[in-house]
Amino acid sequence: MIGRRRKRDAVLLPAVERGPADGPDGQDPPAQRTVPRFGHGSRVPGWDDAVDLTKDPSEIPDPATTPVDRRLRAEIEAHMAKYPDFRSAAIPALAAAQRHHGWCSPEAIEQAACVMRLTPGYLVSVASFYDMLETRPVGKHAVYVCTNISCSLCGADALMERMREETAGDPDFNVRSFECLGACDIAPMASVDGVYVGPIALDDVPKLVAQVREGVPPLPNKQLRLRKSTDPGAARAVPGTTPQPGSPHSYGDQMPGDAAGPPAAVEHPPPTPPADA
Amino acid sequence: MTDPILFAGIDEPGLDTIDVYRRRGGYESLHKALTTMTHEQVLDELQASGLRGRGGAGFPTGKKISFIPAAQIDKYLVCNADESEPGTFKDRELMQKSPHMLIEGIVIGAYAAGANRSFIYIRGEYVEQADIIDAALLEAEAAGYLGEDILGSGFGLSLVLHRGAGAYICGEETGLLDSLEGKRGNPRLKPPFPANQGLYQGPTLINNVETLATIPHIIRMGGAEYAKIGTETSAGTKLVSVSGNVQRPGNYEVELGTPSREIIYDLAGGPPEGREVKFWFPGGSSSPVLLAEDLDLPYDFNTLAEAGSMLGSGAIIVVDDSVPVVDVALKLAKFYRHESCGKCTPCREGTRWTVSMLERVDAGLATPMDLDIMASVQEQIIGNCLCVLGDAMAMPIGSMVAKFRDEFEAHIEAARARNPFGGEAPDPPLPLVQGAVGA
Repeated sequence: MIGRRRKRDAVLLPAVERGPADGPDGQDPPAQRTVPRFGHGSRVPGWDDAVDLTKDPSEIPDPATTPVDRRLRAEIEAHMAKYPDFRSAAIPALAAAQRHHGWCSPEAIEQAACVMRLTPGYLVSVASFYDMLETRPVGKHAVYVCTNISCSLCGADALMERMREETAGDPDFNVRSFECLGACDIAPMASVDGVYVGPIALDDVPKLVAQVREGVPPLPNKQLRLRKSTDPGAARAVPGTTPQPGSPHSYGDQMPGDAAGPPAAVEHPPPTPPADA
Repeated sequence: MTDPILFAGIDEPGLDTIDVYRRRGGYESLHKALTTMTHEQVLDELQASGLRGRGGAGFPTGKKISFIPAAQIDKYLVCNADESEPGTFKDRELMQKSPHMLIEGIVIGAYAAGANRSFIYIRGEYVEQADIIDAALLEAEAAGYLGEDILGSGFGLSLVLHRGAGAYICGEETGLLDSLEGKRGNPRLKPPFPANQGLYQGPTLINNVETLATIPHIIRMGGAEYAKIGTETSAGTKLVSVSGNVQRPGNYEVELGTPSREIIYDLAGGPPEGREVKFWFPGGSSSPVLLAEDLDLPYDFNTLAEAGSMLGSGAIIVVDDSVPVVDVALKLAKFYRHESCGKCTPCREGTRWTVSMLERVDAGLATPMDLDIMASVQEQIIGNCLCVLGDAMAMPIGSMVAKFRDEFEAHIEAARARNPFGGEAPDPPLPLVQGAVGA
């Protein structure tokens, strides 16, 4: 049982970070896996331990023997205080531990369990359910490409392929296809470290990847938050709510001194033709 | 076409701040409801408005609130912002551009239901939107619209933003409750319904973002006035997310009862030049598909239900004639297979087998009889699970097989012709791995 489990994990786990021992530009033979290391050279703890079978996962970790970073503890405790039942903080706590450790490593789970006074087994059951909680080491830049129906009608599968090619061999990238991200109006799109960008043309991909590597905002002119509503009615006011001119409160009405007024909806950029066209 | 209600001036810069929102008349409905109206009066207005839930089921909102028992216990209001139905993105735009409209609606809705604690369950992928709501919550608390004794009415409400972590099933109301309680998001058996035993076993009202954001407008206009918009059974306006093969995808606010053709062609620009609508999903990927000949149907709850489909979350996905129907079916089935939580056997196994059978169709291994098996699998799923995720796959796939049977059969024939040996190529020899780790 032990051997089987370790073998499976060892085959599936990709390396997250490359140490100084790697070949030039991270180009090492694919069969050889490297141990992820911190910048100062020590091994990232827990990276290869799927489960520590010497410990009982149904036991709440002992605070005396489980060191937890002060900031992580404060963040988890703040989440626990928000809910009538502290267990509700399981997802926020795991997300915090993941931000801290890079993924929901056994160590991260143990620390979260220690602060929340829950068993690691319980938190593993939660972490393994949700797509955004990573139960194996991943690159630090999360690129979720939406490949659901609306986006794939607009060529998302080609985008996904291109994104994979462009980031192939780069351990910093966690490129994955994702369920509908709720941005079909900018299809094909991707969520790059939480920032929605789209529509992404295939030619944009190298630029996007370079920008993520440099740590600058991805495709600044294609970010979702800058997009105006496509509804032509969005700039109009509601009838019946604009009774007297100068009325201080009315929905959608222009106020005195409100020189600009609501902006007109801008035209949607021409849609990207599907890749199979 | 009527003027928009939710989207009026939505692009005004700074609308996500409380100052601009108040200057535009925001939080006036809250003043009106809490200082001049009783719980019952607010509830009466909502019932008179004929507002139906905008999340998918279309249940009358006023009736849902009236199910909440009047006892003096902790009661909860949960705003379902886990918008994950493929094709739907209306709540995202509302939350991003006008978060205070949602907060105002939540406070009024909680006042009507007598809830003293409320939560917004937002999907984890909406990072920017969650940050915007977090900032808006701080502003609303500082302005005294949340917390103890709001506006001196004696009514108190706490509001917590809860970020999910990526699971389609958490948009299902009982799955959402389990997830909010810190568990795996598995749906629960109903009854008991959440109105009686929901979050932390207390009475819980669960509503969609758009439903709650409409409440301030109903209080402002009056329920009877709101009911005049739309049709008799589907009152008001609806945000419709149009996507897929259209020239101007986006959110459009339309009066319910507007002809679907007007939404798809006049507003969204129709399919690209030289293409025709092949079929369309009227209410997200979970709704049975409709054909081009159904384009003249009025877009409202009852008409679409009579046509054998549903309005759902109001997400129109248009598929044009360049796309093979098998590809769409396979894409959908794979999505639902991934998102099935695995609690109920018909859904867990049915989604998996549907994918396998569609892959057989694609690989040239299938015969037309497989289509009958596939259709019967869909029938076995519908109505046999705790929640409707399985149905959400079975209904569109079943409708595609029924309406495009000729194309499925032609696809099978073509695939068989491509792979005369039934696609069963001999397995490639396994490569020898030198020094496999952990062996």
